[in-house]
Amino acid sequence: MPLEKDKPSSGSDESSLRRRSGPFGAISAFIDKTFVITELEARKIRHDPSDLITRAAQPALWLLVFGQVFAGIRAIPTGSVPYLDFLSPGILAQSVLFISIFYGIAIIWERDLGIVHKFLATPTPRAALVLGKGLSASLKALSQAVIIYVLAGLLGVKINFNPLALAGVLLVVILGAVLFSTLSLVIACLVKTRERFMGIGQLLTMPLFFASSAIYPISIMPRWMQAISHCNPLTYEVDGLRSLMIAGGSSMYGFGLDIGILLAAVAVLLGIGALVYPRVAQ
Amino acid sequence: MINPWGRSRNSMIILETKALTRRFRSLTAVDDLTFAVEAGEVFGLLGSNGAGKTTTIKMLTTLLPPDSGTALVGGFDIVRSATEVRRIIGYVPQMLSADGTLTGYENLLIFAKLYDIPRAEREKRVRDALSFMGLSESAEKLVHTYSGGMIRRLEIIQSMLHRPRVLFLDEPTVGLDPLARNAVWEHIEQLRNQYGTTIILTTHLMEEADKLCGRVLIMNRGKSAVIGVPAELKAALGKKDATLDDVFVHYAGVSLESGGGYSGAARERQTEQRVG
Repeated sequence: MPLEKDKPSSGSDESSLRRRSGPFGAISAFIDKTFVITELEARKIRHDPSDLITRAAQPALWLLVFGQVFAGIRAIPTGSVPYLDFLSPGILAQSVLFISIFYGIAIIWERDLGIVHKFLATPTPRAALVLGKGLSASLKALSQAVIIYVLAGLLGVKINFNPLALAGVLLVVILGAVLFSTLSLVIACLVKTRERFMGIGQLLTMPLFFASSAIYPISIMPRWMQAISHCNPLTYEVDGLRSLMIAGGSSMYGFGLDIGILLAAVAVLLGIGALVYPRVAQ
Repeated sequence: MINPWGRSRNSMIILETKALTRRFRSLTAVDDLTFAVEAGEVFGLLGSNGAGKTTTIKMLTTLLPPDSGTALVGGFDIVRSATEVRRIIGYVPQMLSADGTLTGYENLLIFAKLYDIPRAEREKRVRDALSFMGLSESAEKLVHTYSGGMIRRLEIIQSMLHRPRVLFLDEPTVGLDPLARNAVWEHIEQLRNQYGTTIILTTHLMEEADKLCGRVLIMNRGKSAVIGVPAELKAALGKKDATLDDVFVHYAGVSLESGGGYSGAARERQTEQRVG
């Protein structure tokens, strides 16, 4: 085939593309790209929202069955707060955890297909790829929050509808979902196969859940378990939710500390995620 | 010094590698690879399974850092200026890379945004791309309802939205039937003629290499076995009516034992199943 000489740069139009420089440019590019990735995932959810509906069954069962039974036998000391009121924020935190912790398997699937490779070959900041995925997990988590609010309301839980409190709950749910989905993504990037990932996911979920104040107060735990629960970010997520979601709820550690710890954990995991994410394609 | 690409030296080099090397444990997948590609060329990387084609592409697209050696794409170093390289390349992986759970339009829209195509131009760029590949009517359908050939065309145009200077196509027609393959070939040639894009493709179909590539590099066990213009390589064999297949067998050291191993074979067949 003869090779005609082409004008070398005729096909390129980088000059017309938006170029951003300096620290502000980098930050605005990071934020833009993060939301593009979130938009991508949101569009997927819109095409097939069935997952959201089946996912709602689990928190419903916990509230209706576990919650009603344990409220009836009054086995768990929750002070002046009725047990169902105590439990509802815990179940919200739990369903955020459950919906996020297996999120990473999508990465392995996309790696097997080649989708990850294509994204990594774009100039998108790595941390934006990771955070965008994490924020999309929070979209799913928010749909769970709505369902849990409705169920809890039907069960007679006294909910705090103060707009500031609702905004606080929104923030905690988003942070929790980003945190655990990013943890999941990091694990997926390290283990690289579906089988190992599922094993580790199963192994993590229950200890995270039981070594937190989701379904009983930390004070009734044995001492060694209390120590673990203080290192468990889910404890602070539950604490933040409990202080805002229900009327008369209180925080053990203070809302500021809860948010601070969740933010710090997200930042650390995001950093690790940005480092290990490119490795899935290698 | 001998001019390794056998043509005038005043033309512009868009990509060059120097002693590029990558090991996986004991295996040296790419071994001391040095070559250069001119702007506007369609350049073929040939070799049997496991010869190092995909590893080379992964390094040039910044997905995999080399263990030693360097490569420049558009003058940018693939390690030190990786982000700059990513701005000026397009990449279509061997595996399925369009998202089946989105529509064709959405697949393009997301990439238009990731590649910073200005909002005012975005819609037109995406619609033009769809019509260029004959996908306008299927734009709003989910990609998992597309045929293998349609998916490939979508993936190629997805990587062309930002008008890259270099387009990497890893096995662009693997698993396609002859009709779909021809359509993809036509579109690749059209892209080059219309935009002057430099295209680097890997293939193990000699017919494909012969039809599309101005020059080819045949790899054997991670090393460059020969580089040149297909017609000249055929003539150099000194055999009457030599085909590129003959050239390949002569240089690629084909043996039945070579190949990508179990996981490579599994991945390749999966790809063919999904695409085909």
